[in-house]
Amino acid sequence: MSATEQRGMLDLLGGFVGQLREAGLPVSLTENLDAMEAVRHIPIEDREAFKYALAASLIKNQAHWRTFETIFEVYFSLRGPEYALDRDGEATEGDLDELWREMQDASQSGDGRGGAGSLDALTPEEIAHLLMQSLMQGDQALMRALARQAVQRFAGMEPGRPVGGTYYLYRTLRNLDLDGMLDKMMEAAAQQSVAPSTTLEQRLEREEFEHRIAEFKAEVEAEIRRRLVADRGAEAMAKTLRKPLPEDVEFMHASRDEMQSLRKALQPLTRKLAARLARKRKHQRRGPLDFRSTVRHSLSYGGVPAEPKFKFPRPAKPELMVVADISGSVAAFARFTLMLVYAISGQFSKVRSFVFIDGIDEVTDYFKSTEDITEAIHRVNTEADVVWVDGHSDYGHAFEVFWERYGKDVGPKTTVLLLGDARNNYHASQAWVVKEMAGVARHVYWLNPEPRSYWNTGDSIVGEYGRHTDGVYECRNLRQLESFVEKLA
Amino acid sequence: MIRGSILAVGEVAGSVVSMASEQVQRFESVQMVRDGLRDLDYLADDGIAGVAYLADRLGKPVLVEGPAGTGKTQLAKSIAELTGARLVRLQCYEGLDESKALFEWNYKKQLLRIQADRGSDSWTELHDDIFSDEFLLTRPLLEAITADDPVVLLIDEVDRVEVETEALLLEILSDYQVSIPELGTIEAKQIPLVFLTSNNTRELSEALKRRCLYLHVDYPSMEREREIVLAKVPDITENLADQIARVVRSIRSMDLKKAPSVSETLDWARTLMLLNIETIDEEIAKETLHILLKYQTDIAKAAKELSVDE
Repeated sequence: MSATEQRGMLDLLGGFVGQLREAGLPVSLTENLDAMEAVRHIPIEDREAFKYALAASLIKNQAHWRTFETIFEVYFSLRGPEYALDRDGEATEGDLDELWREMQDASQSGDGRGGAGSLDALTPEEIAHLLMQSLMQGDQALMRALARQAVQRFAGMEPGRPVGGTYYLYRTLRNLDLDGMLDKMMEAAAQQSVAPSTTLEQRLEREEFEHRIAEFKAEVEAEIRRRLVADRGAEAMAKTLRKPLPEDVEFMHASRDEMQSLRKALQPLTRKLAARLARKRKHQRRGPLDFRSTVRHSLSYGGVPAEPKFKFPRPAKPELMVVADISGSVAAFARFTLMLVYAISGQFSKVRSFVFIDGIDEVTDYFKSTEDITEAIHRVNTEADVVWVDGHSDYGHAFEVFWERYGKDVGPKTTVLLLGDARNNYHASQAWVVKEMAGVARHVYWLNPEPRSYWNTGDSIVGEYGRHTDGVYECRNLRQLESFVEKLA
Repeated sequence: MIRGSILAVGEVAGSVVSMASEQVQRFESVQMVRDGLRDLDYLADDGIAGVAYLADRLGKPVLVEGPAGTGKTQLAKSIAELTGARLVRLQCYEGLDESKALFEWNYKKQLLRIQADRGSDSWTELHDDIFSDEFLLTRPLLEAITADDPVVLLIDEVDRVEVETEALLLEILSDYQVSIPELGTIEAKQIPLVFLTSNNTRELSEALKRRCLYLHVDYPSMEREREIVLAKVPDITENLADQIARVVRSIRSMDLKKAPSVSETLDWARTLMLLNIETIDEEIAKETLHILLKYQTDIAKAAKELSVDE
């Protein structure tokens, strides 16, 4: 590597690390230096190895991998073997067109596949047919060529158009009809096989096809991203494509994919939290002086209290009552809080849970009867009797009924958690219930999944309830939820 | 803040220079690592081979993290075999301390020495004498860096020690040296390859992570799993291996308490071989599920999902 090339590489890496930090990944100075050292040993041409080398030195947490990968794709996607190291990210109009043409040439001549060049001449039906064949045979090279062709043909990308990548993805996939493709593939497979296949075989077959279609989709997505980067430059793209880390995803606005990654992130998190809490309990310093014991032991020193004795600390495990709003927008939040609380239920002496929309129901038994928290949550969503009149949140009525039915169980050892956005649809607040509750219970906390700036706007009356509680906490993401639960136990 | 970071630069630059000068390069290229491991029936993907190669070049330890039973420990063993090095293993557990990980003085021998020489030697001579190499018991970490022959150091399940004990490892991981108060600092004769494994039951400290390259070993892709089965189970047919890999992938995609690990896949493959089964159908899959899954709820769930067609 020549000196100038190396210089360019270091600049590139500097920008890359900057983007990682912007995305919230903690990259320390030493790790940055390690990465610089690492790229001297692994050539950029070996894309996969290069990626893993950077990842090994820059990210130290598996949950950060996806964020890293996206930024890496954006940053280095145009710097692979087929594209020369071109630093004209902020190019003028003319250069951009040239890059575009270059890209299209590359997409036609690339991949060493003779058929790829002639793809232009095919009709959409032929393309669909070809795609189905390549998917059924698992022909990677053809799939890649088709992904490029599909993007070129269907996405309708124009340089400088301020539209997100998802729009192009949607346009491309709509034209390909991949869901229908799956059924057709299953049919074709059934026709081809001699003997009728068993359900197990069918299931495996279907999964294999689904897997390939997912691969193809990823290929299309990558192709769109590549073109967008060519259009707008890596820095701008890194900003728009950046995905938040799982622990920073907001409960109220999480997409389905993000929900899944959240659920995955929750499990190791609860395990760590439980270990930390148990350790805190166990390793706590000694308790206050045990006067009786000290005096008794002093007898062996002739009455001199030479050896002070201390009481064993017995921090009381709190008794927990969770009262959660599970209507529409805040349902996800309630679900995650319940999952988290039950996953560490060993840290509490007793956990009871209640859910409401405008009616309230106790769901403790759902969690008792099964070990599987996900299943219990599912039952909460389907079986709990929470609708009283119209199925719109009514905190006032729910609290009133709660107090009437279960109020006697709230005692000086109980900590009550109230979960919800307090958007009461302009019903009566019945805040006196919370006030009385706070008088009896050890603590009453309110967790609100909405950003603090939205509180007390519109029909949100969290302030009215919050006045009587020991604290209202903003819990928009896992990070905030975790820190609250740690404080609680 | 600024002072701190300058210090850090100096520290790092120093360690890199000193390593580059005395380092023996074990691997030629990433490809060589991959092929070498393949010959030993360890099928590495791009990430594993790349990081192993980089660890050699940069002289840095590798922190390997991932679910249980994905071949983390085996990686260290295979690398040791590949480089012809001796494997020195430190198994971590709660309560591990200096005297078990680094070194310990041989008190009994020291006492004997004192008694044997009673009255003859002067105190200073005796004092110097009983704190010498002869009375030092080396434990894995010290043994790894004082060894004359090439070694691979494996620190297994490092997440089991307490956060405070992690500090024990820091000196050896960053500078390859051990400080013994009575003797001074013992530096490594050669830089061993170091692997730390973790099941991720708790977050490791920043200080430890910073000193290591990070490698996440996940469940293998279907293709890789099939090859692993083919490589590890003798006489298995390609068809059966393919089916096994597919079924296992299918089971892993379910929402289970504990997904089957690679070692469990291999156990299952061997069982099927013993039973002389050539193709897997639902009945066989259901009857042998208990080899793949270890929780009753998981088994019930998987059996249900495998037999019901969506």
